[in-house]
Amino acid sequence: MKKSSNRILSTFESFCYRFRYVFAVLFLVLTFAVPFMGLSMVNIQLLTLIALYAMLGMGLNVLIGYTGLVSLGHAGFYAIGAYTCALLMTKLSVNFWIALLLAGVFTAFIGFLLGLPSLRLSGSYLSIVTLGFCEVVNMILKQWESVTNGNYGVRGIPKPTVFGFQLTMFNGWLLVLILLLMGITGVACLAMRNSNTGRAWRAIKDDELAAGMMGINTSRYKILSFVVSAFITGIAGGFYCVTRDYIEPNNFVFNTSILILSVVIVGGLGTIRGMIFGAALLQLFPQWFRFLNEWRFVVYGLLLVLMMLFRPQGALGWRSTQPYHLSKYARKMLADKGEPEAPQPPARQ
Amino acid sequence: MSFLDAKNITMQFGGLTAVDGATFHVDKGEIVSLIGPNGAGKTTVFNMLTGVYHITSGEMTFEGQDLTKMIPQDIVKIGISRTFQNLRLFPKMRVIENVLVGTHIRNKYNFWDSLLRTPRFRREEAEHTVRAIEILRSIGLDHLRDAFADSLPYGEQRKLEIARAIATDAKLILLDEPAAGMNPAESAELLRFIRELKDKGYTILLIEHDMSVVMNISDRIYVLDHGKMIAEGLPQEIANNPRVIEAYLGGVQKNAESD
Repeated sequence: MKKSSNRILSTFESFCYRFRYVFAVLFLVLTFAVPFMGLSMVNIQLLTLIALYAMLGMGLNVLIGYTGLVSLGHAGFYAIGAYTCALLMTKLSVNFWIALLLAGVFTAFIGFLLGLPSLRLSGSYLSIVTLGFCEVVNMILKQWESVTNGNYGVRGIPKPTVFGFQLTMFNGWLLVLILLLMGITGVACLAMRNSNTGRAWRAIKDDELAAGMMGINTSRYKILSFVVSAFITGIAGGFYCVTRDYIEPNNFVFNTSILILSVVIVGGLGTIRGMIFGAALLQLFPQWFRFLNEWRFVVYGLLLVLMMLFRPQGALGWRSTQPYHLSKYARKMLADKGEPEAPQPPARQ
Repeated sequence: MSFLDAKNITMQFGGLTAVDGATFHVDKGEIVSLIGPNGAGKTTVFNMLTGVYHITSGEMTFEGQDLTKMIPQDIVKIGISRTFQNLRLFPKMRVIENVLVGTHIRNKYNFWDSLLRTPRFRREEAEHTVRAIEILRSIGLDHLRDAFADSLPYGEQRKLEIARAIATDAKLILLDEPAAGMNPAESAELLRFIRELKDKGYTILLIEHDMSVVMNISDRIYVLDHGKMIAEGLPQEIANNPRVIEAYLGGVQKNAESD
């Protein structure tokens, strides 16, 4: 049973890998076809939320899935991104694209600051700090009325435009935008994962002391992880604000943090496919089980508990069954040295 | 001046003196063993050398550079790398990735290079990958290249730790009980590999309990007991030294040499 399921998985993975460029092109074609598909408003909104939460999941995944630092305060970053973008656009009339970038950069800076305590704290202690951070951000948004307009929130957020053409929820182009952002984020996360940076992060997650002994500057990489995670979340926040006419502090509460965390854990820690699946599951579930009324949250909770019991690595959190990918350069270098590229058995003496 | 020089190094934890004024040196190209009964302070010496602990007093130099104030990251960079008595691999990473983490400090490309996959990234990453494969081949682990570290048998995990230490481009490698948990065939294989390392120009400082390994491989041996160096010399001298026999071989492990 185990063997055969492994073989199926292996076949599936090598199939996906072989046709990865085909899938990428297909994704792009479908993305740009969205506005012409005649999707209903409900479906557009649902798909937007799924892509948005997949992106938020990817952001948090950098921190939890790669570096092993658990944050319960990502709604704080999300809020900072959304408010930065919204305030820049409404108060200073900054162009959306610049505001979006600045939202990411500013959130990344806050991420840097929040990363500092991570050098001294670990495990649950760090999580508590991030939890506090989320509450502090929420408090500031509510109290700093001269800037954030307090509980009334920021109103009249303009829609982004491309050469004068407006992207709205209604015409479906905002969905195109978030799908593209999600795609770029996913590719960027994979690029980071399979590099020196990603290996350093994962080494820290597996054994911080040993990582330090291998010469990895653990402080630097933990902060970098916070910065990257906050940047992605800030961009997602900036996007979120333009999907709405107004944002208010209540859009970014502890529950939002938990929802993002659930996406990461249900989908599969450390994977990109898991973020998309987790976001889809957690957004669709309440829709499909609407007939259960209040009971759906009980079922929802039960689902999470069962998940943790029987599949703690997450729904799609399997380990790759594929061999380690040797780049074209590496294969060429091996060939030039006259060495085989396939794994070799040990020489028997 | 020797390659590695430690003079009167002392490590105190509160009232406990774990290492008490130990003096030793390692010359380039040597295999030196550090032996002693359990709790003698051998691993503490390794932790002092690699900057895990800040030593209480004494002097340590490596190629003339003062080690006493250095942090672990800098010590790896100047060429000292180690393995751990209790395995400390990166269990959820692949075998080859574990070795690639060893090459981390030799990387010159930066974060943006990896994000944009620049030619510099591709070239360097390929160089390190090839080097990792070569190291794995030399230690006989290449057939497990794609496996995840936690799926390896114990003996192979020990080898992987050595491979990872080599990948840092260390000149001096500290091996903390590399043969622990290996069967006689495996430890013979390991012996051969450590000799090969020596032939390639590596210098090795070794903690080991397996006397068949220690006596066969060492150029010189130091004996530590209760934090003090009680003897040093050639394997033959150590085996016949009455103080050593009393402190170490004469105790519980009387028959250790016979197997």
